[in-house]
Amino acid sequence: MIEVQDLTKRYGPTVAVSGVSFEAQKGEVLGFLGPNGAGKTTTMRVITGYLPPSSGKVRVAGYDVVEEPLEAKRRTGYLPELPPVYPDMTVVEYLAFVARIKGVPRREIKKRIAETSERVAITDVQARQIGQLSKGYRQRVGLAQALIHNPEVLVLDEPTAGLDPKQIIETRELIKNLAGQHTVVLSTHILPEVSKTCQRVVVINAGKIVAVGTPDELTHRLQGYETVLITAEGPAEEIRERLQRVSGVNMVEPRGASDGRVTFEVHSEKGKDVRAELARAVVESRWRLLELKTSGLSLEDIFLKLTTRDLGEMTADGQPSGPN
Amino acid sequence: MRNIIAVAGKELRAYFHSPIAYLVMTVYTVACGFVFYSYVAIYLEDTFRMQMMGGAGGSSPSLNEYIIRPMLEGFLMVILLFLLPLVSMRLYAEEKRSGTIELLLTSPLTDLQIILGKFLGTMALFGMLVVLTFFYVGLLFLYGNPNGKPVIASALGFILYGGALLAIGMWISTFTKNQIIAGAVSMVALLLLYVLVWVRDYATGPVGQFIANISLSSHIDNFAKGVIDLGDVCYYVSVIALGIFFTARSVEALKGRP
Repeated sequence: MIEVQDLTKRYGPTVAVSGVSFEAQKGEVLGFLGPNGAGKTTTMRVITGYLPPSSGKVRVAGYDVVEEPLEAKRRTGYLPELPPVYPDMTVVEYLAFVARIKGVPRREIKKRIAETSERVAITDVQARQIGQLSKGYRQRVGLAQALIHNPEVLVLDEPTAGLDPKQIIETRELIKNLAGQHTVVLSTHILPEVSKTCQRVVVINAGKIVAVGTPDELTHRLQGYETVLITAEGPAEEIRERLQRVSGVNMVEPRGASDGRVTFEVHSEKGKDVRAELARAVVESRWRLLELKTSGLSLEDIFLKLTTRDLGEMTADGQPSGPN
Repeated sequence: MRNIIAVAGKELRAYFHSPIAYLVMTVYTVACGFVFYSYVAIYLEDTFRMQMMGGAGGSSPSLNEYIIRPMLEGFLMVILLFLLPLVSMRLYAEEKRSGTIELLLTSPLTDLQIILGKFLGTMALFGMLVVLTFFYVGLLFLYGNPNGKPVIASALGFILYGGALLAIGMWISTFTKNQIIAGAVSMVALLLLYVLVWVRDYATGPVGQFIANISLSSHIDNFAKGVIDLGDVCYYVSVIALGIFFTARSVEALKGRP
């Protein structure tokens, strides 16, 4: 549904996003996780066609955002970090305007406004001026705006930022309900948020992707093991079994094979360097060791920069909510 | 076209949601009324004096020359230099400040549709001012007998002139998030373009002539006399087209920035 290939975005000399590639499947909720300034918003702005990429390809629902921007935009709903609302307008006026510029047929506008308002629970404030609404309602109006033309792809930039705990929980429920019908990409710098809403997570830091996986995989990885990549030439199954027996190794996962060479990702206990042992195991078995390296990127360092406390969760537990 | 009208309608409604439309229309109506009243008073005075002095044939002076022309060609044009920047200043500045520019630029609209929609929206508000103006002129037709042709030509010139001011103001509005700055810069720029014609008085060479011809005020005379000159029409249409073109370039550049 969304394909990002080798996307790079520069602002003058600064590189905001560099060589980012990922995909989101139909009906999936993909989380975009990273500390502030990691390039999340920039990536989303390129996907929505707000910013042109410096290089790389971005396709939304099969349409290239540079070559066929109108087709791509027609299939995209976008909620920027600040809901793009006109404070002077009433909710109905605003949604009617958005529906028109998003190409909803005139006859269906009324129906779409009613349906969308129902869906994000703003029916009761429809006649009010947006400027007078609370932040939570304004956020929901922003979400209604993104949904009004029933887009295939939804891009939500920090959809829970600045909301109170109850609103955060409601918004997450809403997003979960959107999955299946829409492909959702959402960004956040709050770690627990992704495990609550997303099926898959892309972790980005300093403009580069550092990890991709399900929330469980990432949490597991965070909770403690070192990762080593090892490439050797020899019988795959035997190598795997041998590596598994090295002391300190928890898990060995194949990561690809070609021309008789096999690559494994080896997970070991935290704080234990098993590289020397792995090398010895391979060489003593008379296989050829081609490459051995730590996966280099310490996820932990990046996660440390993320906000790990979840405002919604804490208050639900009855604890005082701290600054987030 | 549907998209352009949607944007234009949104802009026009925004003026009436905020005090701008009411402020501009009130100031304009008061100014217009005062000027109209003054010129009518002077006209009556002069007519009376002429009849006292000679009374030869009893022909009264021309309403066009005494009231319509000085009103449209002078004072009201200057008033617009101050009022129309108040209309155009928010076009892009406000969208940039509130972040709604992101909504417009990620909607399936072309940049040109957005720009034309915004321009048409402001033209619609300006059209209301034009209607107000010609309400006064209409009074003259009711009670006097002015020449109709110059009035139609004047109306065309007046609309083109207003369009030129709005197009330039729209372009200036793309540069800043701050409406006040956009408005102030527009006023100064338009005022300068208006008085550029002064060059004609002291510079005689072709360069001086050229500069004077750029002036916003140097192409209105013919319209006011009732002559629709193709060159004058081209001048104002070109200024409008350039304003729209520069706005498009500026919006394009906007996208490259965070």
